Parts: sequence; structure tokens; C-alpha cells
Amino acid sequence: VSDSQPRLLPNGDTALAVEFGERIDRATSERVLALHDRLARAALPGVVELLPTFRSLMVHYDPVRTSGTALARAIEPLLDGLEGVRPAARRWTLPVCYDPAFALDLEEVAARTSLTPAEVIEHHSATTYHVYMIGFLPGYPYMGDLPQRLALPRRENPRTQVPAGSVAIATTMTAVYTLASPGGWHILGRTPVPLWSRRRNPPAVLAPGDKVRFAPIDIAEFERLASEAAAGGLELESVAVR
Amino acid sequence: MNAALHVTASGSIAMLQDLGRTGNQRYGVPVSGALDWVSLRIANAVAGNPDGTAALECFYRGPTLEVAADSVRAVAVGAAIELASGGRNRTVPAGQSVRLARGDRFTVGPGERSLVAYLAVEGGFALPGDLGSLSTFPRAGLGGIDGRPIRKGDALPLALAAAPDRAERRAPPWDRAPPARVRIVLGPQDDHFTGEGRRTFLESIYTVSRQSDRMGMRLEGPAIEHAKGFNIVSDGTAPGSIQVPGNGLPIVLLADRPTTGGYPKIATVASADVPALGRLRPGATIGFDPIGVADAEAARRELEARLADLRTALQAARRAR
Repeated sequence: VSDSQPRLLPNGDTALAVEFGERIDRATSERVLALHDRLARAALPGVVELLPTFRSLMVHYDPVRTSGTALARAIEPLLDGLEGVRPAARRWTLPVCYDPAFALDLEEVAARTSLTPAEVIEHHSATTYHVYMIGFLPGYPYMGDLPQRLALPRRENPRTQVPAGSVAIATTMTAVYTLASPGGWHILGRTPVPLWSRRRNPPAVLAPGDKVRFAPIDIAEFERLASEAAAGGLELESVAVR
Repeated sequence: MNAALHVTASGSIAMLQDLGRTGNQRYGVPVSGALDWVSLRIANAVAGNPDGTAALECFYRGPTLEVAADSVRAVAVGAAIELASGGRNRTVPAGQSVRLARGDRFTVGPGERSLVAYLAVEGGFALPGDLGSLSTFPRAGLGGIDGRPIRKGDALPLALAAAPDRAERRAPPWDRAPPARVRIVLGPQDDHFTGEGRRTFLESIYTVSRQSDRMGMRLEGPAIEHAKGFNIVSDGTAPGSIQVPGNGLPIVLLADRPTTGGYPKIATVASADVPALGRLRPGATIGFDPIGVADAEAARRELEARLADLRTALQAARRAR
């Protein structure tokens, strides 16, 4: 059975990690997300917040209101039957402009993967990705899995400044730089859709478990959507899927 | 006219911090908040504020501020207030509240022995904050004044136009000395290190590096040996997580810690000892004492009880007048 028993690992006296393994795969992620949903509904006393990651669920707690032991006792009965129980995911289509003006590493990625730039774009935009977790930057989605043909290690020399909106790849993942930031991933394009705003609640468009597909757009469409976004009128609509 | 404190000199670096923004870690938003939340809460108790009211967190020499309000009640914890008023200079000791009048100019002095000091004002600052908190997180432009540390020329809006008329208060004694050792709970990834590596960590004295910031305290000293490489599949971090990257030198994650991380974490500082880390300056030394989770939780509950007692004592003193 793939259903190995999760481990409950204390992170000091304010967090407990429920770890389902040490690998990145969809089955593990689905279990993490199913437990997240269960614990969010259970609203256990003293739980401050929940953070799903690739292979574990971090349970942040207030040691004045509960204890690691009490939490572990409350969580253990909820660990059974986490497979295939997650009901709905949101599906998003994210416009991306792969124009050379934005695709700083497209030529290099093409050369290193023995593909043409057009083939790289085709591979990147033909896959529906799973949001494993949000981390590194506010709203930064780790999405997988990248087609095997595009898998490359991170850049040896990270950039000191990657522009906000950059769509990038590294290892088995693709992501969007939600803020201008230093970064070591290979940049394939840019989206005009702001995936992060401190004015929204929640502040990030994407959440762990969402499904994302990229739709290539030309630079004229990018400019049109970018000015719509700047005026505050651009909202992506998600479609619930099974 | 709006009540405010005008920044006439920014000092080394100072920014607004409260007890942090929780609830958005799953969207990648760091919690932030005061490094030394014990000192912040003491300052708020003296000022008559709720625990989570934002105050100025000042590193090294604090800013110089001018009162542009009928009056304001201020208290600094971790440093004295140096006051120039009506042509006279005087010093208000740390932990003592003082009522300042329009035109008074004051400086939050250099920290007594601590890296950080806090300046609280009665009623707090009238700023909107982001995602439910005034804590400043410059990397994402959140909180504070435009999401950044304060600058010369800023006006920090005050919630109260004048300080309520009442007796001044002074915080009871509280040991704020930078700690020589802190308590830790081993794990969650102590099994990613060799027995020798764990021994190195527990038996060595580390020095706080200059490269430290609000995200993490970088330590210099003996390198800790990994058993199975230095990359893990990224997972969640906690306040006080001690991660060990490839060079074997530990980094203690502080208030602005990223929500997730990809280095193995050998241990986690007990939450009761995390605030004291904010008192350690570069060059200070630190060692680690292992305890169990239940002991760490008991230490935290004891700290909370002492803070509650302090607040009760200050309120009793107020009633007695």
C-alpha cells in the first residue's frame, strides 16, 4: 500500500508537522491537502494556522491554549482514509507572453533541451499544472509537474532582480515571480495578471491544490491586459473542476 | 490638525512592528512582527495599550521625533528617551512613561545592551496596516509607512490627539540581558545530521554574524556535519527554526522567516526564548540547551503568566492613585 503512516514531527512548541513522505508527487500532495481541509473544518482549539507544503502539513499552534500532545491526539484519528476524498479544485487559465522581450532564458532553455523555442513554449503551455504549495515569496506558486523534456537544474548564477510577473521553470516545477525579487529559475515569459495583491483578501489568487494552464498571448494582448490590470479591472475567473 | 510624530532624524533603522500577521502563511506571507515581543508587550503594558499595538522597533541608535500633537504619552523599553524640551535636556529611563508636549523633540537612545528597543505611544499609531497588521515587511511592501522603515520627513499619525491625564508608570524590573544560552527542542530533521554533527551543535558556542537580519540570525562557529546532504523537499518553518545549509553553519529563523524552507532543520528554539534572540547583537555568542516539547510549552506558559502579572501590577498601581 502507498499509504505509509504519516509522522508527527514537533517544530519546537509552536508547530507540529504532519509528514507524509520525503518525495514530491501528486498522491502525497493530495493527502496533505485532504488533511488540510479536514483540520480547517475541525477548527481544533489552539490551532493558529495551517500551511500545506509538498509533503507535509504544518500545524501552527498556541502552546498556551493547547499542547503538542493534545494536538497529536486530536489529529491521529483524522489521518485515515485521506486518499481520493478531496472534492473540488479550482482551474485557472493564465495568459503568458513568451515574447523575447520577457522570455530572458527561452533561447538558452531551447538550446539546453535540444528543442526549438516554439517547442519549449508548446511543451510549457500544453500541461495542466498542480499548485503544490505557495512559498519563497508571498503568492509564489510552486506548480508541477513540468514535462520531463524541460527539466533543468536552477541557473548557476541567480539573477539579482527578476521582474514581477515572470513565468519561470526549474527542476520539475514552474512558477510565477509575484514580486520583483532575486531568483535562480529560467525565465520563459511574463503574465500580465497580478497573482498577488496586499489589497485583496486572500492576497494571493492561487491556493495549494489549484490547477493551472498557461495560454500563450502576443505582446499586443499582453499590453492590453497589463493596462487593464493597472486600472484594477482584471480578474481571473476560476472554474470548479473535479 | 492631525496629531503625529514627525521624524527629524531616522536613526540607524526603525520600523513599526506589532505581534505579526497570522492567517496568510499558506499564501506565502511571512508572519513578521516584533523580534523581541516580550519588550514590545512590556512597552504596551506601560503605555496602557493592548498587547498587539504596533510600536517602533529601533535598531542601534533610534530616531529623533518631534511631537506635532497637543501631547503624547511615550515609553521606550530597551533604551532611554533623550528629551529636549523648553531648552532643557533630560533623560527618561527605559520602562518609564512620559507625557510630551507639542514641539518637544526626543531621541530613542542607543539600546542599553540590546540590539532592539521599542517605542510605544499611548493609543498607538493611526495607520491602516495590511492584512490585519501594521508590521513592516519591506520585501513585499507590507505594513508600516508605505511598507518600509521610517525616514526623515515622515509623519507618524497618532491615534490620540492628546495623552489622557493620569499618573506616569514604570515597568517593574525584568531581566532583559542578552542570553548566553537558549533552550531548543531537537528536530524536526535532526536525523539529517551525523551523531558528530548533533554533538557539534549542542557543545559549541556560536557567534552572531553581521549578515544577520530580521529574517534570520546567521551564526559562525564549528560546521555541523550533515548525514544525507543539505537539501530536503521544502516544508514549513517555525519561529526559531534552526536550519543548516550546505556550509554547516546554522541560521536561526526569526520574525520575517520565509514560510517554507529547503534546508534541514536540526532544532527549534523554545518559543519562550525566541524574543531574547532579538537582543543579541552581531559578535554576541550563544549556546543551545536541549529540552523536550512539554518543557518548552511549560516555559512559554510561565512566561505568559509573568507578563500577565506585570500587566496586573501596572493596572493596580494605576487604581491606587
